Amino acid sequence: MSGQPAPILEVRELSARYGSVEALHAATLSIADGEFVAILGPNGAGKSTLMRAVMGLVPNSGAVHFRGHALPRVAPDACAALGVVLVPEGRGIFAPMTVEENLELGAYLLGDATELGRRRERAFALFPRLKERLHQVAGSLSGGEQQMLAVGRALMAGPDILLLDEPSLGLAPRVTEDILAALAQLNRDGLTIVLVEQKAPLALKLASRAYLMSLGRVVAEIDPRTVTSYDDIAQLYLS
Amino acid sequence: MTTSRSSISPDRLRAVAPALPWAIALAVLAYAFIAGGYLVTVMSFALIYAIFVTGLNLFMGYAGQVTFGHNAFAALGGYGSAVLTSTYGFPPLGGFVAGMALALCLALLVGYPTLRLKGHYLAMATLAIGLIVYEIAVQWQAVTGGYMGLSGIPPLGIGRFEIVSDRWQLAVLAVIVALSIWSAMRLRASRFGRALVAIAGSEDAARALGIDVAHYKLMAFLISAAYAATAGWLFVHVVGFVSPEVFGLHMVVLAFTMLYVGGIGTAAGPLIGAVIISLLPETFRALKDYQDLAYGAGLILLLIYAPKGLAALGDLIPRSKRS
Repeated sequence: MSGQPAPILEVRELSARYGSVEALHAATLSIADGEFVAILGPNGAGKSTLMRAVMGLVPNSGAVHFRGHALPRVAPDACAALGVVLVPEGRGIFAPMTVEENLELGAYLLGDATELGRRRERAFALFPRLKERLHQVAGSLSGGEQQMLAVGRALMAGPDILLLDEPSLGLAPRVTEDILAALAQLNRDGLTIVLVEQKAPLALKLASRAYLMSLGRVVAEIDPRTVTSYDDIAQLYLS
Repeated sequence: MTTSRSSISPDRLRAVAPALPWAIALAVLAYAFIAGGYLVTVMSFALIYAIFVTGLNLFMGYAGQVTFGHNAFAALGGYGSAVLTSTYGFPPLGGFVAGMALALCLALLVGYPTLRLKGHYLAMATLAIGLIVYEIAVQWQAVTGGYMGLSGIPPLGIGRFEIVSDRWQLAVLAVIVALSIWSAMRLRASRFGRALVAIAGSEDAARALGIDVAHYKLMAFLISAAYAATAGWLFVHVVGFVSPEVFGLHMVVLAFTMLYVGGIGTAAGPLIGAVIISLLPETFRALKDYQDLAYGAGLILLLIYAPKGLAALGDLIPRSKRS
């Protein structure tokens, strides 16, 4: 397409393996600044592995460029410092710590106390529930609140691009809607979002573009406007 | 609810519960100080172990790692000072600095490669260090005295001022324990402490937040080794004698028991665990032959009814229903 903004994240020929099993085969995709991109696909398609490989959490080969600079391939802490932040599958919140401590850990690399306060307020504005639960131990929150905390904690890192790995997993439909609505709000405010999701209809409602994965490969790029019915989605998954 | 009939509401009980372990430990300590005699000796051991276990708690409770080898660092802190003071006439504080340096060097040497290992591998590697240091203490007779050990180790003191009386030793130990626990609490509440607990929760999640996991694990390992070396140093100077058995595998087993009975990951746990585990066998002394049986049964009951440790007993008090 002409007039498309420069890519913020470019993944080229990215492969990753667990032991002798290659779970991601030469994935190539490109995310533009300010986009909301969904990564769809059935169980075991390699969606999570793609996210983990981008962050450098699994051994991988290939290239990932962030704003034109090559990201180091096995240094998730460096990725976080540059502004690529992942909300991992299963949330990865720290259960024995309070909501407040979890949020502060999100801004772990930030030395500036006033900026920390500003980011906290932004997280509270998005998820008022977090403010109510501030001093509660994170493990005692409901599933939905824990997911809010996971997203809030990621925002505390001040990301330029937010990767989310199945935030809807195990949540009630209404809670899922709340969280996806918050993501849409963040995207309207300019944050680039990559959402991994099995529930394709939900993701396609929000995303401006989607990639379909199957058996460890990126098999198709989808324009959500062309997908109007469940039959279309089923067609995509089965083809 | 049966408790609601009593005059103290469960809510109020819950509010004071966190202070309870501290109060109990302080009361036992005060009683030992006043009563004197054998109880002072038992409490002195308990306090020395409390320091050791507080260090272990930093590494195992907060950072969620496993070590079976911290007795090695206690041995270096203890033997280092014992040899220098009894054989070469160093002052105890000089021995402390030297023993601490030795322990930290070994911790760095061992920790740097092994902390890249996880779970069982780390446990095995640390177990090996403990066994090796023990063997050295046994075999290097010219320096350590082998099984016979070293005696004539001077008591704690600075310059010409020596702490000879049991009661004064107990008081000094209490102050050092208070400092140890206070610094562990400060550490837990800091950015460093939050990072450790994050690593315990999920190394991947911690790394994705920008935490340098290997660096923090090593730091926690070094700090807990420093606690261990301090405990070893205190032990040899309080007792005046050291043999390999003091820092054998038994030390690890005992410390683990204290940590889990007291409450792993809590600030008060190591102290309360050390006090209870040191006092339990004494309590059952009247049972003579059945002493070990009663001790074992007591431990099992504790772990059944207070699985999170004594420091977390407050959690067992039922919450009153919200109106």
